[in-house]
Amino acid sequence: MQMPSADELKQAAKITEKRPMPSQNAQDRVQNFTEVALGYTEEDALLEAARCLTCKKEECRQGCPVDIDISGFIKKIKERDYVGAALKIKETSSLPAICGRVCPQESQCEQYCIRGKKGEPVGIGRLERFVADYERNQGAIKMPEIAPANGIKVAVIGSGPAGLTCAGELAKMGYSVTIFEALHVAGGVLMYGIPEFRLPKDIVQADINYVRQLGVDIQTNVVIGRTMKVDELMAQGYQAVFIGTGAGLPNFMGIPGENLNGVYSANEFLTRVNLMKGYRFPEYLTPIRIGRRVAILGAGNVAMDSARCAKRLGAEEVYIVYRRSEKEMPARAEEVEHAYEEGIHFRLLTQPVEIKGDVENWVKELICVKCELGKPDESGRRSPINIPGSEYSLAVDTVVVAIGQSPNPLIQATTEGLKTGRHGTIDANSDGQTSRIGIFAGGDIVTGAATVILAMGAGRKSAGAIDRYLKS
Amino acid sequence: MYQILRKKVLVPDVMILFEVKAPLIAASCQAGQFVMLRKDEVGERIPLTIADFDRKNETITVIFQVVGKSTELMAKMEAGDSLLDFAGPLGQPSHIEKFGRVVMIGGGVGVAPIHPIAREMKLAGNEVISILGARSHDLLILEEEMNKVSSEVIVTTDDGSYGRKGLVTEVLAELMNGDDPIDLVVAIGPMIMMQAVCEATREAGISTVVSLNPIMVDGTGMCGACRIEVGADTKFACVDGPEFDGHKVNWKLARQRSLMFAQEEKRAMLEHHNEGDVCGCRCHQQMN
Ligand SMILES: Cc1cc2nc3c(=O)[nH]c(=O)nc-3n(C[C@H](O)[C@H](O)[C@H](O)COP(=O)(O)OP(=O)(O)OC[C@H]3O[C@@H](n4cnc5c(N)ncnc54)[C@H](O)[C@@H]3O)c2cc1C
Ligand SMILES: Cc1cc2nc3c(=O)[nH]c(=O)nc-3n(C[C@H](O)[C@H](O)[C@H](O)COP(=O)(O)OP(=O)(O)OC[C@H]3O[C@@H](n4cnc5c(N)ncnc54)[C@H](O)[C@@H]3O)c2cc1C
Ligand code: SF4
Ligand code: SF4
Ligand code: FES
Repeated sequence: MQMPSADELKQAAKITEKRPMPSQNAQDRVQNFTEVALGYTEEDALLEAARCLTCKKEECRQGCPVDIDISGFIKKIKERDYVGAALKIKETSSLPAICGRVCPQESQCEQYCIRGKKGEPVGIGRLERFVADYERNQGAIKMPEIAPANGIKVAVIGSGPAGLTCAGELAKMGYSVTIFEALHVAGGVLMYGIPEFRLPKDIVQADINYVRQLGVDIQTNVVIGRTMKVDELMAQGYQAVFIGTGAGLPNFMGIPGENLNGVYSANEFLTRVNLMKGYRFPEYLTPIRIGRRVAILGAGNVAMDSARCAKRLGAEEVYIVYRRSEKEMPARAEEVEHAYEEGIHFRLLTQPVEIKGDVENWVKELICVKCELGKPDESGRRSPINIPGSEYSLAVDTVVVAIGQSPNPLIQATTEGLKTGRHGTIDANSDGQTSRIGIFAGGDIVTGAATVILAMGAGRKSAGAIDRYLKS
Repeated sequence: MYQILRKKVLVPDVMILFEVKAPLIAASCQAGQFVMLRKDEVGERIPLTIADFDRKNETITVIFQVVGKSTELMAKMEAGDSLLDFAGPLGQPSHIEKFGRVVMIGGGVGVAPIHPIAREMKLAGNEVISILGARSHDLLILEEEMNKVSSEVIVTTDDGSYGRKGLVTEVLAELMNGDDPIDLVVAIGPMIMMQAVCEATREAGISTVVSLNPIMVDGTGMCGACRIEVGADTKFACVDGPEFDGHKVNWKLARQRSLMFAQEEKRAMLEHHNEGDVCGCRCHQQMN
């Protein structure tokens, strides 16, 4: 490969735009489930790294929930020490290949980058992904130092980013850690929610294997609260428990017609497609039925993922139906952009009010009302107001409800003395300590549906707190 | 991996029993709960009721009927083979207490889940009368086991090849007309049977519990595929049930939702059989 010359690097440093991400073009990619963004080449990475000013007072860092030494790892890239860069990131993040792909960078690290004041910020996420992929592809994954086994057993419930991180950190400290996972595979939303074309499952599995190599035992098919209760774990000698059970309970809108055939929760839709590989039916036995015209209700990441899966499964028209405007859409900017490129239609300022079916109970149309934005609500977002008389019908045969998830209630319902919040979350302080001694919690189960990096950060913090608790 | 320790063919090619090693589930399960299993990497997650459990030998018994591709492939497994995944116990346990005189109604493969509930009902001091329905004698299962846990067992067959000719609801009507009051009815079987039972008991005001088996994916409350309507509420059968007050179930909706993937199921079977695989199940008849 042609490496950039010193002169080219100097030129690159002046460019005000992020170096574009090589990607599959939109016509091709809607026919397959392979990754859309192909990742920087070494040359791309060097040219993009050249745009970083290696600021003394690195503004970007305050935007990263796990405090990655961003200027430090980018400096290593400039020095072409990619494995060194990976090690730098891994000082505080355990899932760089994943976060580099799915972090909402525009509202985190990149939002604060100095270069963003004039032009676009440095592509921190893209560089992070490059470094992590480089390390994995070289087979150069270095095992960190693992403290001698101390024989103390800790249980981790749930194997999403929160649980995996907490378990990995504790294993490094010498604890004997077991993860209990309800589903048949580990990974949480990373496996059952986020689609292959955005986060390839072999990358998730590589990270899970790494956690296994640290000595963590992962037991799938164990539903805590049913197979065993939290208190039984403690009676079995687990001296601390971390709960990272996520926000997996699908919300519905409560409008008429939601139980018609052809209406899925986003969780069901994505689980059939991703976890059960319904897109390869009938080779894989779990079916998914996708109509010709699909409406997705909501405009977060979950909605974009559902819309783009529907397109790939062969739907002719896919609509995102959202009651606010483009500015308020909670999805990552890149996902929205990709959805537009793939020909997804956006019906914004549109409130679905009813789903109507045919005689056989199949979805036939979605009744919508147009909205305008009123005054900002508590969340600071302007709330939509229906415009009287603006009702119209959208002909669809499939509806995917993607308006959010609530915390899984099972552990709360089966563990005595565990305090919960108003929306069903588990109460925990910033260290993850819950109302019960020895029981910690973090990730979506505490915050409500949030992000991968926040869940990871919470798992990491709790690992530290568990260590302090067990040593005191 | 979860090893099948024992396989028993209850009805050749149609009804199969597996006793599976699953220590954690055997330790904690109760009557009325179910498991989610997956045969192999490409398999579906299949919900099956716990038909029996042995805490000492750490096993769970399931009984399944061959109705589609997944169950057909499972029927070919033998003792010594292993299922890839086996999770549970899921759902709410049956509500067991001393009600008095309880009528247990099992139709077809529904006799399997009725059995452990009947046993618990008897242990709780109830008088248990069981009505078992089958299309014909060869499709009747667990008669002997049901005898052990009931004070009376009445069998009906559609074709009259054994027991009384007719439907379980006819026997139920006679019991309802008898002198002794019925305190509770528990009915598990084909949806049409459960609905008919509920219609019969509704007016008489006899509490009736049914166990619903909507299409499921995860079985842990995460997907909502299993939603049904009970009274004014939407419930998730896998966490709120599978047992519900039969008088409040919206049967029309439940029936329609069970057909959501009918076309795909058919396609899976057709392609499977076109691969030259021959099976003894009744799928061909079902498809026509
Ligand atoms: C479709 C989709 C797209 C998303 N896209 C993005 C994105 O682009 N960027 C981003 O940052 N975030 C995204 N998110 C959000 C992000 O995935 C979550 O915030 C994150 O996964 C939360 O991690 P967690 O570890 O708290 O929980 P989860 O990932 O939800 O994992 C919880 C695990 O616990 C298991 N579990 C639950 N109950 C039990 C029990 N009783 N016993 C045993 N195990 C149990 C579950 O099966 C699951 O495996 C997305 C979410 C979804 C659904
Ligand atoms: C809580 C519960 C307990 C059950 N207990 C038993 C039992 O003890 N014995 C038994 O024989 N059957 C039981 N069933 C039904 C059993 O799960 C289905 O027959 C099986 O999944 C069919 O798989 P298949 O691929 O062979 O058939 P398919 O070709 O997929 O379908 C055939 C029929 O099964 C139904 N079905 C398909 N997939 C599912 C699914 N994931 N969940 C539920 N139904 C489905 C379809 O609506 C259709 O009517 C139970 C179902 C539930 C929900
Ligand atoms: S982890 Fe996320 S927020 Fe932190 S630097 Fe990486 S991409 Fe930015
Ligand atoms: S703020 Fe931007 S330019 Fe400065 S160190 Fe961070 S990434 Fe580099
Ligand atoms: S099967 Fe998924 S919620 Fe019940």
